[in-house]
Amino acid sequence: MDKPFAITLDVGSSLANHTGAWRVERPVYVELEPPCAHACPAGENPQRWLYAAEEGAYEQAWRRLVEANPFPAVMGRVCYHPCQTACNRGFLDEAVGINAVERFLGDLAIERGWALPVPEVTSGRRVLVVGAGPTGLSAAYHLRRLGHDVTVRDAQTAPGGMMRYGIPAYRLPRTVLDAEIDRLVATGVHLELGARVGDVLDAEREGFDAALLAVGAQLGKRAYVPAGEAARVLDAVTMLHDVAEGEAPHLGRRVVVYGGGNTAVDAARTAKRLGATDSVIVYRRTRDRMPAHDSEVAEAIEEGVRVTWLSTIRHASAGRVLIERMVLDETGFPQPTGELEELEADSLVLALGQETDLSLVEGVPGVSVVDGVIEVDDDLMTGRPGLFAGGDVVPAERTVTVGIGHGTRAARAIHAWLGRADVRPGVAPDADTAADVGTASDVGAAPDDGVGSGGDEGAEPGQLGAHPLTGAQVPGADAAGNPPVATFDQLNPWYFADAPHAVRPRLEHARRTSGFEEVVQGLDVTTAQYEARRCMSCGSCFECDNCYGVCPDNAVTKLGPGARFRFDYDYCKGCGLCVQECPSGSILMVPEVP
Amino acid sequence: MATTSLGMPVKFYQVGSFAVGNRLVDPALRSVQSGQERANALTSGHRACQGCGEALGARYVLDAAMRASQGRMVTVNATGCLEVFSTPYPETSWRVAWLHSLFGNAPAVATGVAAGLRALGRDDVTVVAQGGDGGTVDIGFGALSGMFERNDDVLYVCYDNGGYMNTGIQRSGATPPAARTMTTQAVGAEPGNVFGQGKDVPRIAMAHDVPYVATATVADLRDLEAKVTHAMSLRGSRYLHVLVPCPLGWGTASSDTVKVARLATESGFFPVFEAEHGVVTAVRHIRHRVPVEEYLRLQGRYAHLFRPERRDDVIARLQAIADRNIERYGLAGPVAALEVGPVGRAGALIEEGAAPGARVREV
Repeated sequence: MDKPFAITLDVGSSLANHTGAWRVERPVYVELEPPCAHACPAGENPQRWLYAAEEGAYEQAWRRLVEANPFPAVMGRVCYHPCQTACNRGFLDEAVGINAVERFLGDLAIERGWALPVPEVTSGRRVLVVGAGPTGLSAAYHLRRLGHDVTVRDAQTAPGGMMRYGIPAYRLPRTVLDAEIDRLVATGVHLELGARVGDVLDAEREGFDAALLAVGAQLGKRAYVPAGEAARVLDAVTMLHDVAEGEAPHLGRRVVVYGGGNTAVDAARTAKRLGATDSVIVYRRTRDRMPAHDSEVAEAIEEGVRVTWLSTIRHASAGRVLIERMVLDETGFPQPTGELEELEADSLVLALGQETDLSLVEGVPGVSVVDGVIEVDDDLMTGRPGLFAGGDVVPAERTVTVGIGHGTRAARAIHAWLGRADVRPGVAPDADTAADVGTASDVGAAPDDGVGSGGDEGAEPGQLGAHPLTGAQVPGADAAGNPPVATFDQLNPWYFADAPHAVRPRLEHARRTSGFEEVVQGLDVTTAQYEARRCMSCGSCFECDNCYGVCPDNAVTKLGPGARFRFDYDYCKGCGLCVQECPSGSILMVPEVP
Repeated sequence: MATTSLGMPVKFYQVGSFAVGNRLVDPALRSVQSGQERANALTSGHRACQGCGEALGARYVLDAAMRASQGRMVTVNATGCLEVFSTPYPETSWRVAWLHSLFGNAPAVATGVAAGLRALGRDDVTVVAQGGDGGTVDIGFGALSGMFERNDDVLYVCYDNGGYMNTGIQRSGATPPAARTMTTQAVGAEPGNVFGQGKDVPRIAMAHDVPYVATATVADLRDLEAKVTHAMSLRGSRYLHVLVPCPLGWGTASSDTVKVARLATESGFFPVFEAEHGVVTAVRHIRHRVPVEEYLRLQGRYAHLFRPERRDDVIARLQAIADRNIERYGLAGPVAALEVGPVGRAGALIEEGAAPGARVREV
């Protein structure tokens, strides 16, 4: 070959020089657990549906949401959003308004008439769900999706349980509740109303393969309050139930509510709406110890509800109650002071907690009731094989969100139970013939639709966080290989543009107390998208291209939209720039030789 | 601008224009570096250190220039790290037409290439010259000044890492005060490089009244690309000064290259601005101002300011330099992260997904 003067070698590319040999640590893509998903009692992964909402793909977002939770419009109103408490954006400015976006999606789905998926397969198995509250309906939905024949029985004349008879309409309009329940029932759930199940064994004999008890806690706890004959005393659960039935009880102009939970606040706010001029909550401790949610208390006070802290009720008589002042001792327990005071009260509403009515399992062999709740194992199964229980009838926090999560968990467990070869209610399966189908993870699991997967390092379920060469687990993963929760210090918050939280408008309080109009209004379409885009995608790649851009060695391959990236370890020198500059903390450095 | 019912601007793109790419932004407005089709002017296998800021900066600049020129450009390279790590005979990492001569003559060679192209009637080919701060601020300075004086049609890019790094970290005219190098050891009453020396070449270039002078860093890709693109649209002598942290010479972690460049601008120690015909036309405002100490602390070359004992006096003098920059260029101006302005350059960082010169559309 004819070469220029003094040139003896052909021009070669530096690609022949594999600089990856310099590396002592390598970057790997990981998929960490977002804190919102970790915190959600209903098993949602908000990050996944926010991702679709960020692009304006609202139907896709809604479909991802309802994989876990069939009640987005309800939850977007009544959930106390532990996801937002856990949200890492709170460390930067304010938590993402996940709940507001959820409600937006839920309302949009109702408006547009989006339907829930109808199962393509039929298992031939029959499941009875007792109670059409959040737990029962959620379980029915998931069991139905898995192809089972589901019958839901409820003693009331309308479905919804506490969503209908406990939560006032100004927090949850009945049109919204009805729309979401109708949509759920339309997937093929047999709903039998006014059908009290008196004995669960009778029902079992009808040929159901499994049953779920989700009757809730419908009875107001009766604390003994000495009362004169003329005193008007009622319990909050009954009162809220009657209001929901359209039979508003006569409360009078001055109403005293006794208790400190959300039900007490609901009762006091409802009393105000029924025309009470004075609505007073009497609570024995202080505000910071009140179990009611802070925003509810704040809204109540804005509406003119008064709270008498550190007080107990000693006696109720016609037109007045006698209260005693309390002080907190060093353990935080209220102690009486002997100081008495009178409050005018036309009626006294007791909101001192709720109890379960478990007469339907009385005498059922194997079922054990302790402290008014049913004992269950990790799969929510009672001591009687094939009989499950969830929601307020088992030991748990009593919220709609937890109830929906129990429904999902129970459905998963029942599905696994039904997958056994010799399933018979009341009979433990023979260990030899038991065939665990192992499909429990189908429930509420994300289908592979391109997001949440892609890239060949650690993004695939199963090899999550595994060292690509040695198979070693990423530090922090648990024994089952579950990824650790993404923390704020793993993120690079520089990249997230400053954007405050879009607060949902509230009805001006003048309008509020005049009726049961909904207090908190929804987001409009642009604000919802804006709010969704505040998500920082903790621990999950959202294809910002930073790793691809900041690599000085051009050792990151971009695989295209939805397919994420791949490291080219022939040239990656292991500088760690991609890890440092990844906004979402979804790249980790692992030792080359552990 | 459209606003929501809550008075909030509609435009919000999660990571705005801070990150390299953004799936939420119109593809036409995305950065060169986010594209699968980028030129990769400096490809893999080069021998730069782990986390090299100069290798990163050179690819950013040349990929943007390649797109702006549609591939019709000639690159002239001064001697320095960039040449040594990319082109050990007979290998090369360059995927552009590339020419190297001597340490001090890159501006003159570029002038010659531009003259030769003109003689050939090739007005469709542009010339980009590049060098480190040693080849630009010190050794090639006479040739650079001559190129400016004649307003030769060259975009000259200086990658400033503040020293002669590949020969073992000697001081250059761009080494900042108090920094330790092999020739400015951290000893004596005034350790490290002396105060009051060195050359501010962007301002010297402005004094030549050339059409365009700009500074940038590897921490702000969108701003850097916008400046390269704008410079490539002009004729005559143009000068771009890019701060490129050097993990070896600065004593920083290889993963901190972008972070330390960001702190240089956020502290005001390195002003990012652009000027046309000697007049400053735009500055990149500080987003979250930090004391200069945060910038210094990450760097081994300033370790002597913190141990064995704190040198508050020296830190204060460095802070005074940052303060003077902030005052001189008006760097502390309001940053409206959600506002969208008409032009991407200089203001690119504060705009949501704005591309150079593009009017950002309402969503």
